[in-house]
Amino acid sequence: MKLSTFLLIILITFNFTNLNSEENNDKIKNKISKNIRCLICQGQSVYDSQSDFAVSIKLIIDKKLNEGLNENEIYDFLKNQYGEWISYDPEFNKKTFILWILPILLFFIGGAIIVKKFIVQKR
Amino acid sequence: MKNKIILSVLLLFFTFCFVVLYKGLNNSNIYVPETKIEKTLIKFNSIDLYSGNKVSSDQIFVGSEYYVLNIWSSWCVPCREEHPKLIKLSKNKSIKLIGLNYRDNPKNAKKFIKEFGDPYFVIIKDTKGIISVDLGAIGVPETFIINKDKKIIKRFLGSLSEKSLNEINLIIK
Repeated sequence: MKLSTFLLIILITFNFTNLNSEENNDKIKNKISKNIRCLICQGQSVYDSQSDFAVSIKLIIDKKLNEGLNENEIYDFLKNQYGEWISYDPEFNKKTFILWILPILLFFIGGAIIVKKFIVQKR
Repeated sequence: MKNKIILSVLLLFFTFCFVVLYKGLNNSNIYVPETKIEKTLIKFNSIDLYSGNKVSSDQIFVGSEYYVLNIWSSWCVPCREEHPKLIKLSKNKSIKLIGLNYRDNPKNAKKFIKEFGDPYFVIIKDTKGIISVDLGAIGVPETFIINKDKKIIKRFLGSLSEKSLNEINLIIK
């Protein structure tokens, strides 16, 4: 009796872990497809699109996850195939540094103006 | 004096923004992926449309100086326009023309070939569109020129034009 209960517990746990890993894969797949641009439907992610291209990309993400590739490796594969533009999350490099630095720069310039106008002048 | 400087700097800034944005209006907003020259073809396995046999890329890309890989589908309208050009191209015996049937129903694909003629040396199936993604294609039709070292030396997005046919002929000369 005890042994059968033990086996049952093990069986259930094993099943749930399997389910968990599948759920995990689905989560990662959705996360990646939301971050990948559908190249033939402007302004839509692969996740949102039902175009043939998007469906193929979703299948390939699935395939690569099953092959054991991690999230970053899949992004790298897609960027290698289609260029940096496919990703909604641009890397920091020679072409994109203005994009990353400008908001911070504007924030500091704005802050400096506010400090100068309102705080320093009040004194 | 100070106000005048600020005003002229602002004016210059807005003129600059206007010019940049106005110029951007004329740019095409259709994305064309960067064509990486000399990208090596990824090995793949597929199924022959007619015989149903398994074929690998190593079996297909052998014995020719140049290969033209054309991605097509029976449901794609531009492919119909392009087809006569492919038939013209197939008369050139120094190339091997390979058809990659993209996400298609085999019945419709065979009907299409029966109706418009078969320019291809071999037609392989890409039922799920995975081979196309491996090639870096974004849709149909798309044509790749591959050399004997299995490197992609040129790609044409969309339907082939007379100009692109001439370009292909220049490459394979």
